[in-house]
Amino acid sequence: MSNFGFTISKARIIDYDANDRSIAEYIAEHEPSFRVCIECGCCSATCTTGNFTRFSLRELQIFLKRGENELVRDNIGKCMLCGKCILVCPRGVNTRNVVTLAREAFNKKVKNAV
Amino acid sequence: MNKHIVVIGAGVAGMEAAGQLSNAGFNVSLVEKDENTGGHLNGWYKLFPDRRRSSEVKDYLDKLINKDGIKVISGTTIEKLVNINGIFSLETREGTEMTADAVVVATGFDLFKSSRKEEYGYGIYDNVITSSDLEEMFRKDKIVLVDGRVPENVGIVHCVGSRDEKVGNLYCSKLCCITAVKQAIEIRELLPETRVFCFYMDMRMGGAHYEEIYREAQEEWGINFIRGKVSEVSESIRKKLIIKAEDTLAGRPLKMELDMLVLMAGMEMSEGGRILAKSAGLETGENRFFASADNHFGSNISNIPGVFYAGTCTAPMNITETISHARATVSDVLNYFKNRS
Repeated sequence: MSNFGFTISKARIIDYDANDRSIAEYIAEHEPSFRVCIECGCCSATCTTGNFTRFSLRELQIFLKRGENELVRDNIGKCMLCGKCILVCPRGVNTRNVVTLAREAFNKKVKNAV
Repeated sequence: MNKHIVVIGAGVAGMEAAGQLSNAGFNVSLVEKDENTGGHLNGWYKLFPDRRRSSEVKDYLDKLINKDGIKVISGTTIEKLVNINGIFSLETREGTEMTADAVVVATGFDLFKSSRKEEYGYGIYDNVITSSDLEEMFRKDKIVLVDGRVPENVGIVHCVGSRDEKVGNLYCSKLCCITAVKQAIEIRELLPETRVFCFYMDMRMGGAHYEEIYREAQEEWGINFIRGKVSEVSESIRKKLIIKAEDTLAGRPLKMELDMLVLMAGMEMSEGGRILAKSAGLETGENRFFASADNHFGSNISNIPGVFYAGTCTAPMNITETISHARATVSDVLNYFKNRS
């Protein structure tokens, strides 16, 4: 078949109803402070990993909460667990535990975690 | 009606309450810890939303309390308050005593001590200042760095000491956002060549005219708003301040060199209020401010009958709200005596 140069783009929309938020639920259950993030970006501003790679804990948390798990799965391994983000978080989110639990959830394949 | 009421604190709330209580026919003693009345009003130069001079409000309050029925006792701190058969006995730190038929607590707030947020470098780097320091510069009509130069780039950090579990303040101080916008405009007015950047988590423009001023700041004054909390400040070898934040809307970490950084210090329960709360058994809330008897219809009423609250000793408030709150105290005081007789 000839290639006409057309492709079908995947929709960019967050399909909230179809998305799987089980990983976020798993994290919130084991680390309730996960729920109180206000997206201020302190964690990612201070993050060494985030200064050099596409890694923003703030962004990953909101993606998990929306069930957009792929980006998180591909990036969550970059965190070095140094814990600077915990020191600056004004909401007292235990960010290091959030990362650990996210990794655990992906490993356990919680429900159908991507 | 020859009842005697002691009002503790002669800031905006205390002065307004004293004036209105006197108008209602009470004898009033207005006790102030400082030598001068006016409280925080004296430290502010121009006020939002209309940028009138704070001295205009001070003049109004001075006139209000300058009457025969009000005795102003300054340089005096009330530390103890005891109710003996419906009469209050008040002890001062200076060792004197007075009695009252009712007490209005108007001990106000203290500004958050910005040096507690060590990562912002207040008290460490010369050109990190607070909103209150900046007002001092406005009063002198001169914004300069420590070496006398004019700043080219100024950053403003919102929420310093507010909405921050790390300093134990979970609440929003409510006035800092609008203060930041007001001060940003005032900087641009004085220094048209200077760029101003506001680092915010949320723009809380809930008061009358606030949103319009926010828009004016963007439209007419070219103020830059960046959504991200500053996480840390350091100083370069050239004495420039380097700030780190995440530009959360762009989704990327951001660093910027600034000449001056202004910290929007939040409001905390005053030290005087805390001492009084403890000695008198007045209840305080999780935010350490005095706890009102009811959030909707008892915000001036305390847990001790005959002791009332006015103003920011109960929660952060702007001046308009403080004056309304202080006036409302009078109706609760009147009801208190009506129900007792």
